[in-house]
Amino acid sequence: MMWETVIGLEIHTQLATESKIFSGSSTEFGQSPNTQANAVDLGLPGILPVPNQKAFEYAAMFGMAIGATINQRSTFDRKNYFYPDLPKGYQTTQLFHPIVEHGQVEIRIDDTVRTIGVTRAHLEEDAGKSLHEDFDGMTGIDLNRAGTPLIEIVSEPDMRSAKEAVAYLKKIHAIVRYLGICDGNMAEGSFRCDANVSVRIKGTEAFGNRVEVKNINSFKFVEKAINHEVERQIERIEDGGTVVQETRLYDPDRDETRSMRSKEEANDYRYFPCPDLLPVELSDEFLAQVRERLPELPEAKAKRLIEQFGITDYDAAVVTSDRALAEYFERAAEHSGSGKLAANWVLGAVSQWLNDSDSNIEACPVSAERLGDLIQRISDDTLNSKGAKAVWEAMLTSDASVDELIESLGLKQVTDTGAIEAVVEQVMADNAGQVEAYRAAEPDKQGKMVGFFVGQVMKASGGKANPQAVNQILRSKLGG
Amino acid sequence: MTLSTDQVRHVARLARLAVDDTDVPNIAQKLNGVMELLDTMQALDTQGIEPLTNPLDRTQILRPDEVTEVDQRAHLMANAPAQKDGLFLVPKVID
Repeated sequence: MMWETVIGLEIHTQLATESKIFSGSSTEFGQSPNTQANAVDLGLPGILPVPNQKAFEYAAMFGMAIGATINQRSTFDRKNYFYPDLPKGYQTTQLFHPIVEHGQVEIRIDDTVRTIGVTRAHLEEDAGKSLHEDFDGMTGIDLNRAGTPLIEIVSEPDMRSAKEAVAYLKKIHAIVRYLGICDGNMAEGSFRCDANVSVRIKGTEAFGNRVEVKNINSFKFVEKAINHEVERQIERIEDGGTVVQETRLYDPDRDETRSMRSKEEANDYRYFPCPDLLPVELSDEFLAQVRERLPELPEAKAKRLIEQFGITDYDAAVVTSDRALAEYFERAAEHSGSGKLAANWVLGAVSQWLNDSDSNIEACPVSAERLGDLIQRISDDTLNSKGAKAVWEAMLTSDASVDELIESLGLKQVTDTGAIEAVVEQVMADNAGQVEAYRAAEPDKQGKMVGFFVGQVMKASGGKANPQAVNQILRSKLGG
Repeated sequence: MTLSTDQVRHVARLARLAVDDTDVPNIAQKLNGVMELLDTMQALDTQGIEPLTNPLDRTQILRPDEVTEVDQRAHLMANAPAQKDGLFLVPKVID
C-alpha cells in the first residue's frame, strides 16, 4: 500500500526585542532566575499589560517577507489553562484576529520547487520555565522567560515528507534571521518547532488522524522525529489499529515519541477576548515605514549574487541560507575579486570549519577580508591549491597575514618554468624505464601514465610547483 | 442548551474548583439559568454586526521597546510559600 505523509509545522519564534511584550522587563537570556520578572509577568492582581510596539513591527516585517496579509486591526485573546510556569492562568495570544494571515514561502529540494502556505502568524507571550530537577521533591519555577514576545507561525498541512518539513523550517529560520527579528538560536529555545503529522493512503482526499509531536528542537531531530512518527502510524494502521489524535513528546536519546496524556484533559482552552487589551490598529504610515526598513531577503540576495559574481544557482542558494554567511561571502568575493573561488572556499573550507567547530560564521577566526587575501594569492598563482589549504589551516590559529604565512611556511608556488624544467629532467633521468614505457604506450594510455610523473615532480619540488606548469612541461618533454 | 452534571464536573475541573458531589445538581441548575439567558441572546439576529472586542471605543496604546523594570526578586518573592536558589517552588509537576 502506498502511504502519503501530511505535515504541518507550528514554529514559535522569540522576537529579538529588548523588553517583554506586555511589560518593561528585560528579555535577556541566561540571567539569574526571576530577576527579569516583574508584577505584570507574575500576573499579580491589579496589573495591566501595555503592548510593545516593536513586537508589532517585527510581526509585520515577517508578514511582508512571506507576502502575507497584514491585518491593520488585530486583537488579543486569552487561552486558559493552569500550569505553574503560567502564573496568570492564561496565555495572552491572538486567536480570532491575528496580525498576519495567508502568506507563503518557496522551498527547494534538489531541483523541485514547492510552495508552502503559511496560514497565520500571531503574536503571543512565552511562558516561564519549569525545572523538574529535585528541589526537595518540588518543581522550581523561573519566570524570566514569561512574557517574552513570540510569533507563532502556523503552516498549512502542505508538506509531504520530513525532508520538506526541514526545508520549510530552514526557510523560515533564514527569513527571521535575515529580518533580524529573532536570533534563531534553537539550543536556547528562541526558535522552536512542533509538527502535526498524519498519514493517508496516497490518492485519498481525507486527512488521517493527526498527532502533534513536540520537543523537536534541532533541524536534525525534526527529520528524525517526523520519520519515526510516520513509521509508527503506518505500522499501527497496517496492524489493524487506528491512530489516536494526541500530543506526543519526542525523546532524542531513544529516538521515539511517547504520549503526553496530561495534555489531553487540558486541551479545552476556553478562549475569549482579553478584556485588558484594546484592539491594536496599525496605521498606513507605520506599515510603510516598516516596509522601507525591510532588508534584502534570501531569494533577492541569491539572484543578485548570481548576477554580480557569476556563481551558480546552487552556490547562491547555499550561501544565502544564512544572512551572516551571505555577507561573509560577499565581502570575501569583493575583496578577492573572484566570486567563484570565494564561493568554493565558503562552501568548502569555511563550511567545514563551521561544522567541525559547531559554531557560527561570526566566530570564525578567519575574517572575510583575510579569506579574500588568500584567494588573491591563489588567483595570482602564488599558491597552488595544496599550499592554499595549508595557509588556511595556519590562518585558523594565527593572526599573521596571508603573505607572512606563505613566507614562513615556505609555500610560495614555483612557477618559474626553468626551475620546473630542471626538476622534470631530473625525475625523467631517475625513472628512465618509466619514460620508455610511456613513449611506447598508446596515446590513450599515456594520459593516465603522466600522473606518475606529475606526482614525482610535485614531491621533488616539496609540493610547491605549479601543477598546470608541471603538466605542460612534462607532456612536452615526455613526448620526446 | 442544558448542562449535564458531567459537564459541570468537567468545567469545575478545568477551573480547578473543588466541587462537592452533592452540590453538583444544584450548581447545574444555576448554570442552566445562565445558559437560558445566553440562549435568549443567541436568538438575536447579529448578521453583519461587528463583534465587540472591548466596550471602550478606542484603540490600544503601544509603548516603546525599553527596559523599564529592574530586578525586584527579593521583593516579589516575599510572599512565596517556598523558594530556593531564586526559584519559586511549587508542588511537583510531572509531565
